Amino acid sequence: MPYNQPHPAETRIISKRFGLPNSASLETFLATEGYAAIKKALGMTPDAIIEEMKASNLRGRGGAGFPTGLKWSFVPRTSPKPKYIIVNADESEPGTCKDRLLMEYDPHQLLEGMMIGGYTMGATYGWIYIRGEYRYLIDIMDRAIAEAYAAGYLGDNLHGTGFSFHIRTHTGAGAYECGEESALLESFEGKRGIPRIRPPFPAVSGAYQAPTLLNNVETFATVPAILLMGGAEYAALGIPKSGGTKLLCISGHVNKPGVYEVPLGFPMMRAIEELGGGMRNGKKLKAVVPGGSSCPMLTAAECDGLTLDYDALAKVKSMLGSGGMIVLDEDTDMVRVALRIMRFYQHESCGWCIPCREGTTWLKKLLTRFVGGAGTQSDIVMIGDLAKNMLGRTFCPLGDAAALPTISIIEKFRNEFEDYLTHGPKPRRQYLRDQAPVWQGQAAAIPVQPTL
Amino acid sequence: MPDPVKLTVDGQEITAEPGTLLINAAKQAGIEIPAFCYYEGYSLQAACRMCLVEVEKAPKMMAACTLPVAEGMVVRTQTAQVAAARKSTLEFLLTNHPLDCPVCDKGGECELQDMVFRYGAGESRYTETKLHVDEKQWSPVVFFDAPRCILCFRCVRVCNEGMGVGALGVINRGSVSEIAPNMGDHLNCDECGMCVDICPVGALTSGIYRYKTRPWEMEHVSTICTHCSNGCKTTLGVRNDHIIRGNNRDRSGINGEFLCIKGRYGFDFTDHPERLQAPLIRRNGKLEPASWSEALAYTAKRFSELKASNALFGIVGSAHLTNEENFYLQKFGRQVLNTNSIDHQRSGDVVTLLDALSGTTGTLATVQDFYTSKGVLVIGADLALEQPLLAFQIRANFRHHNAHIYAVTAKEVREDKISFKSVRVQPGEELAGVEELHFQLVTEQELVIVFDDSVKGAALRRLVEIGSTLPYPVKYCCLVDYSNSRGAIDMGVMPDLLPGHKPSETPGMTVEAMVTSAELDALWIVGADPLAGAPFAAEKAFIVVQDLFLTESAKLADVVFPSASAYEKSGTVTNVCGEIQQLKPAIRTMGTKPDLEIMGLLAREMGVAATMGPWVSDKVFTEIRSQVAGYAVPLPILSTGGAAQSTPVNGRIPVAEHPELIRSAHDNLFTSGTLGRYSRILNSVLENPLPQ
Repeated sequence: MPYNQPHPAETRIISKRFGLPNSASLETFLATEGYAAIKKALGMTPDAIIEEMKASNLRGRGGAGFPTGLKWSFVPRTSPKPKYIIVNADESEPGTCKDRLLMEYDPHQLLEGMMIGGYTMGATYGWIYIRGEYRYLIDIMDRAIAEAYAAGYLGDNLHGTGFSFHIRTHTGAGAYECGEESALLESFEGKRGIPRIRPPFPAVSGAYQAPTLLNNVETFATVPAILLMGGAEYAALGIPKSGGTKLLCISGHVNKPGVYEVPLGFPMMRAIEELGGGMRNGKKLKAVVPGGSSCPMLTAAECDGLTLDYDALAKVKSMLGSGGMIVLDEDTDMVRVALRIMRFYQHESCGWCIPCREGTTWLKKLLTRFVGGAGTQSDIVMIGDLAKNMLGRTFCPLGDAAALPTISIIEKFRNEFEDYLTHGPKPRRQYLRDQAPVWQGQAAAIPVQPTL
Repeated sequence: MPDPVKLTVDGQEITAEPGTLLINAAKQAGIEIPAFCYYEGYSLQAACRMCLVEVEKAPKMMAACTLPVAEGMVVRTQTAQVAAARKSTLEFLLTNHPLDCPVCDKGGECELQDMVFRYGAGESRYTETKLHVDEKQWSPVVFFDAPRCILCFRCVRVCNEGMGVGALGVINRGSVSEIAPNMGDHLNCDECGMCVDICPVGALTSGIYRYKTRPWEMEHVSTICTHCSNGCKTTLGVRNDHIIRGNNRDRSGINGEFLCIKGRYGFDFTDHPERLQAPLIRRNGKLEPASWSEALAYTAKRFSELKASNALFGIVGSAHLTNEENFYLQKFGRQVLNTNSIDHQRSGDVVTLLDALSGTTGTLATVQDFYTSKGVLVIGADLALEQPLLAFQIRANFRHHNAHIYAVTAKEVREDKISFKSVRVQPGEELAGVEELHFQLVTEQELVIVFDDSVKGAALRRLVEIGSTLPYPVKYCCLVDYSNSRGAIDMGVMPDLLPGHKPSETPGMTVEAMVTSAELDALWIVGADPLAGAPFAAEKAFIVVQDLFLTESAKLADVVFPSASAYEKSGTVTNVCGEIQQLKPAIRTMGTKPDLEIMGLLAREMGVAATMGPWVSDKVFTEIRSQVAGYAVPLPILSTGGAAQSTPVNGRIPVAEHPELIRSAHDNLFTSGTLGRYSRILNSVLENPLPQ
């Protein structure tokens, strides 16, 4: 994925190397403070590193937003079992495309974060669990790992400190479910990707029943910066309780979709208007998915004055999630949006528990029928009802992820469902390629022609 | 013991052991929390979400099947939210369920049906199309109907964890997830049918039972499986004097719900077309059908004549007969026919074991000990194939108690997968393997030693010696074949032992001697086939055979009586661990009589009924209780379907050892001597190594 033009309103901490020539190489990395943080870390005690992490107010960037310092402190470092580091690079949430950039443009930053995690936990092995569809990233990561081994940043007795660390990549087989940490571990161990019963949590009993530090790519990639600049200073970039910066993946009906790094607490409308370059074709904003498709939708009115941080979004009953912001304009057919989201979750439901397996299938069938024009008044009630029957009753959060956006759509855009009943099904929106966003540098390559 | 935890469920204060799962704690207090995927004894799933309950202070409803109780926990299982959740889960479940209850085998005893009836909605709001997948046959005994499946994964767990086979798994994902067999389109496994049994719905159905009947049209008769010596209770579903299925859903009996293919499906020899249904008398060199009265009168006349001429009688009993029949038979031989030449095919050296253990108590293992003992040593036998219940108990022991399992065998065995240590030895050198393990065995706390016919005679005495050097109590189990080998020995169907292991003053001939002795004047064979494959020396002898089928011995007989099988008679049998259990007649097959009745009628015809006493099993058992050491077990246990271990003779048994006579048939899961040959289902499965 090509990197978009940076924007002056950004605070570039972990994306600082994006756009540099040959940014994935060790050479570029070393020239820009690369592997300085691990050297600093090796001079610190693990407890001190965890204190820095706690001070940074960093919260898990994968979507759940659990305080990272706290998670690190949960790993029983004195356990006689081996400890493992695993990176969750199974980025599958629709609307999210930040981890791929972090791996494509700055793989060494991730490796450095893992090394620091490994040193802190006393781990010797780390794996990067990469989503099956990210084939090309495996090559990039493998190349970076090989470079790091060759340059002596990975291996045994690193820098003469007695600390040994090894990293390997591990490919998923293309299941959204495997982004859930315990399902990821099952898949990692070579089993069917199905979530585990928790407790025990992975920090205590993760890969091969050993204590496992499992964080998102962005979380690990942030670690070197935190150590270099100090936890408190990093926290000060954001607002209280939501420390530091976050990568926003702005997509949808904006002029300049892309990945932008902003401090937490950044106003949402500014992100759309300035970073995203405003609404496409001058249309009005209808709705925003704030952090990946599993987050409840926000109406344009709710977005007004809203800041992008964990607490502010929780207040409007949504989530910052993974930062996958999908902007929808006034022409968007919300019924189709509901169907598209449900189709995704139905396809990705692992089949383990009944409410998710059967609920998503039923809702997909129902919404397909509804969009086809065969809906009834009772269907509208039933869509919300079925989603609520899934909510909070499934084995893992996938059921909630399918239910939450559906409930928010049916509650906030019920009139559009009513319109379907009174005016019949809407035709699909005709897209013209020249209206669609064009990635920088690819404009010439794409012939301009209308598509259906 | 840690202090019990106090918690409140539906306003009722209950206590439970720490670590108890909420679903069990509630059950103990009489509060039902419904669940599909939760199954006691197997790994937790939390997949069906039926057991969601409200727990105070929890942000959302919790699955009771994975939630351990905690002090002060307040649980509500009857709120509107819980009821709505159950209703919606069932509504979800029924969306892709075919609702073909009127033709489904499970209809009437289906857990889904019961749950919907109790917790579900009366009507479905589902109007979309249902997924359909065609029914598949995985083996002669297992059919799979995917749309009925609710994906509770019980079958996968019972196959993997319970049976140690792991023939079932899951393919695809989401709503098209499906249970699949290990060979892609068919099964290669034990064919035990545990998956069919444990299935809460009609997704897995039995090849024998499917579309035959409705559950409520059958009578259910709990009796003991006649095939191997483990003594599993099997509940036979009977309709119109036909056995239609076998299972043990009520989990009573020593085997709980466990049954192997033989106990679950191997009853079909009872209606085999070659089953004898009228007595046969040899006339002009040919066996011809005769009436019962004619055959009885003829046999009684010949027996009386021979007895009057002081003829030499040989009597062969069987490991398939009940205790009462074996007792009656040896009594007949010893008191009426004046012979001690009474024997049966021996398959384990029980006598030497009892002798070697004389003076000790509590040294004979029960089936339960295989589940509770902290250590188990298996010598010789491939338990999973030959003694499936014991193997099942050992696997459960390992799973639940992390017991240390040791295996000393010539070949690889299934126990290797769970064993603490396995030793491979040359056949006959099993004791060397045990000695090799000795340094490890001394570190255990408890041990059950189970051995087959590879350890007998002097070797067995040496084994007991080794056992006595271990610094903790050791229990033993001598493996034998068939349902009542232990009983046949205890009842004195032995040339040198009277009932209760009392030595006989004038030992008679063994089976081998009878077959090879030219002096024999009469041979009475009950339920055995000693003449198969061996030339019978006494050509002039009068041979009487009682059997289900025209066996090799029966073909040589002068009179053949058609006898009833174990599923057609009452009586008691003693299993491999010496546990006595009661048989209950499930069916009657026209023209046959139980062996006890045949013997009784013969006694009456011979005019010795007063000596022999009544040929009613209860009456004979009363006699056994008074005469056979250890058999005075509590009758209420027996009559309520329980198993009572006989307390064996505790003293020396001064008889000569005959290790050369001890030969186990080593029947596997799919063979069972004569009965196995006449069971269509045992011969139909792919895994049966015998030519079909």
